[in-house]
Amino acid sequence: MKVVVCVKQTPSTTAVFRVQNGSVRWDDPGGKPNVVNPWDEYAIEEAIRLQEKHGGDAIALTMGSEESKEALKTALAMGCTEAVLVADEAFEGSDTLGTAHVLAAAIRHQQDVQVAVFGKQAIDGDTGQTTIQVAVKLGWTPLTFVSEIKELDPDAGTITVERLLEGGKETVSSRLPVVISVVKEINEPRYPSFMGIRKANRAEIPTLTAADLDLDAGSAGKAASKVDWANVYELPPRDTSVEIIEGDTVEEKVKKLAERLLAEKVI
Amino acid sequence: MSGVWVWIDHAGGKLAAISLEVLGVGRKVADGLAQPLTALVTGSDVQGVADAAFNYGADAVLGADDPSLADFRVEAHGPLVAKLAQEREPVVLIAGASTRGRDLSAWVAAELDAGLVPDGIDVEISDGKVVVTRPVYAGKLLADVQVTDGLQVISVRSRALPPAAETEGSGEAEWVDPVVAEDDLATKITGFESSAGKVSLTDARIIVSGGRGVGGPEGFEPIRELAQVLGGALGASRATVDAGWIPYEHQVGQTGKTVSPDLYIASGISGAIQHQAGMRTAKVIVAINTDPDAPIFKLASYGIVGDLFEVVPALAEEFRRRLGG
Ligand SMILES: Cc1cc2nc3c(=O)[nH]c(=O)nc-3n(C[C@H](O)[C@H](O)[C@H](O)COP(=O)(O)OP(=O)(O)OC[C@H]3O[C@@H](n4cnc5c(N)ncnc54)[C@H](O)[C@@H]3O)c2cc1C
Ligand SMILES: Nc1ncnc2c1ncn2[C@@H]1O[C@H](COP(=O)(O)O)[C@@H](O)[C@H]1O
Repeated sequence: MKVVVCVKQTPSTTAVFRVQNGSVRWDDPGGKPNVVNPWDEYAIEEAIRLQEKHGGDAIALTMGSEESKEALKTALAMGCTEAVLVADEAFEGSDTLGTAHVLAAAIRHQQDVQVAVFGKQAIDGDTGQTTIQVAVKLGWTPLTFVSEIKELDPDAGTITVERLLEGGKETVSSRLPVVISVVKEINEPRYPSFMGIRKANRAEIPTLTAADLDLDAGSAGKAASKVDWANVYELPPRDTSVEIIEGDTVEEKVKKLAERLLAEKVI
Repeated sequence: MSGVWVWIDHAGGKLAAISLEVLGVGRKVADGLAQPLTALVTGSDVQGVADAAFNYGADAVLGADDPSLADFRVEAHGPLVAKLAQEREPVVLIAGASTRGRDLSAWVAAELDAGLVPDGIDVEISDGKVVVTRPVYAGKLLADVQVTDGLQVISVRSRALPPAAETEGSGEAEWVDPVVAEDDLATKITGFESSAGKVSLTDARIIVSGGRGVGGPEGFEPIRELAQVLGGALGASRATVDAGWIPYEHQVGQTGKTVSPDLYIASGISGAIQHQAGMRTAKVIVAINTDPDAPIFKLASYGIVGDLFEVVPALAEEFRRRLGG
């Protein structure tokens, strides 16, 4: 069975952001400003597990710059069997719709894929919309917020999953192919092995361009984007300085705190 | 193009809490653009939902009432809303950023190649466009975003915007047929395990959270008790979830839930940047921690430096007395 996992390289969770002349810059106190989107680690793990169980390939795919090959190397080091970078100047400045067009075309390009796995959301844009949009562009069934793959039969072409929703857990069956997004409950991502890292460092990662994917100019990139993101700014500082509640006894402190909270009308 | 549409999320014949907020935003946008407000109601046995939408300010209700729409399956509801939007060309479509609203808005935008702005926390009208303020980079930055061309599809985050006021509205809903027949739907929902009865974190007005400072699974007892006294929900840091002290559904933060309660009480939580990402928009934050230098105090409005095992039970007792519970 062929499984594709879409991964994105994002700023690290500890990155510190600044906006300068309208463009966003970041740095990381730990010296590693970019990482695999944390949610995508669960997607990579699930793709590898499917490959281990059903054979075939687990192909990691990212749309991004040359530098985002690092994310693909992590996927390979964890155990993906192949990785593909999708990169073209024409893709720069894509909105989620443009990204979905490109990823759908790249998945189609792999041929005979039965499951495409996505993370719940990317921690940069925090949109969590790409999964559905890729499914619509492919004409496949989307299954979002998956917390467990209960059954998958590549020959019968069926899958049953559990989805984690606000009100509870839903069990749903579908025909393949599907595009799924996974939540953290689904698994515990493995660490890359030493051998895996060596293999990943030697791997040749092919690049697909707009021409390879037969994409017309109007479907992705800045010109095609229908969303104007230009106005990004730093948060106004939280307009509170903390009041440390003092008192001789715990009872006195909690009494004061209770009075403050009742006065704030939050209780 | 004309009209402002809101998609109504509902369960058990009732409007979901977020739908009142969506109707509130819809009213504001509709008034700002001088357009009528239409509520989209899709489901099965939803006449009551339609009536409720009129009662919360919708000028019109449009939708479909059919057994194939009983469960929320985006592949049934999405194409229906997309087809209606294509035929009738509204200016704006707004949904709540719940799991369902997210899926629905993304589907419609993809099918119609429309611009999509998810997860708004504020909306303003400027030059006939809806400008949506939304957090990006885990809430470390904000962006004012707008759709440049054609239908504007927007979703708004739970508890960010005021709910619609109840009015004495009434009207006749317009019902159309579903667009995908049951046999053509690829999915079947075969089970649902409800977590009803528990207070949902994203809807909660008050959240009491515990971190590694609780020391173990039993350490959550006083936290749980305070949450109960205050009628709030129970939250947790990732450290406690990873340690297996409490299930993941309680995790607040960048890889857990993003919450925006009126009151957030963090006990034994250091306030790591990833935890902050999930709770920094709370109106009032209280920190209880033995370490006066814990980063959580930089974010808090009120702090008590002390042992949570003394402070939290005392606080529960104090409120039990005051609230008479
Ligand atoms: C990719 C990534 C994603 C992450 N996502 C999240 C997320 O979604 N949510 C999240 O919470 N974290 C997340 N983290 C983890 C985060 O970095 C912190 O490790 C975590 O939040 C720490 O949890 P804590 O505050 O409970 O524990 P600690 O940092 O260990 O803090 C415990 C605190 O308890 C205090 N304390 C101890 N005993 C007592 C007592 N008796 N009374 C009062 N106070 C006491 C201590 O002074 C200390 O401040 C993420 C990390 C990464 C790398
Ligand atoms: N540029 C990209 N390349 C590969 N996968 C992506 C890209 N952007 C988003 N994704 C996938 O889509 C998921 C949701 O992203 P988003 O909709 O941006 O929050 C991510 O977790 C990834 O799995």
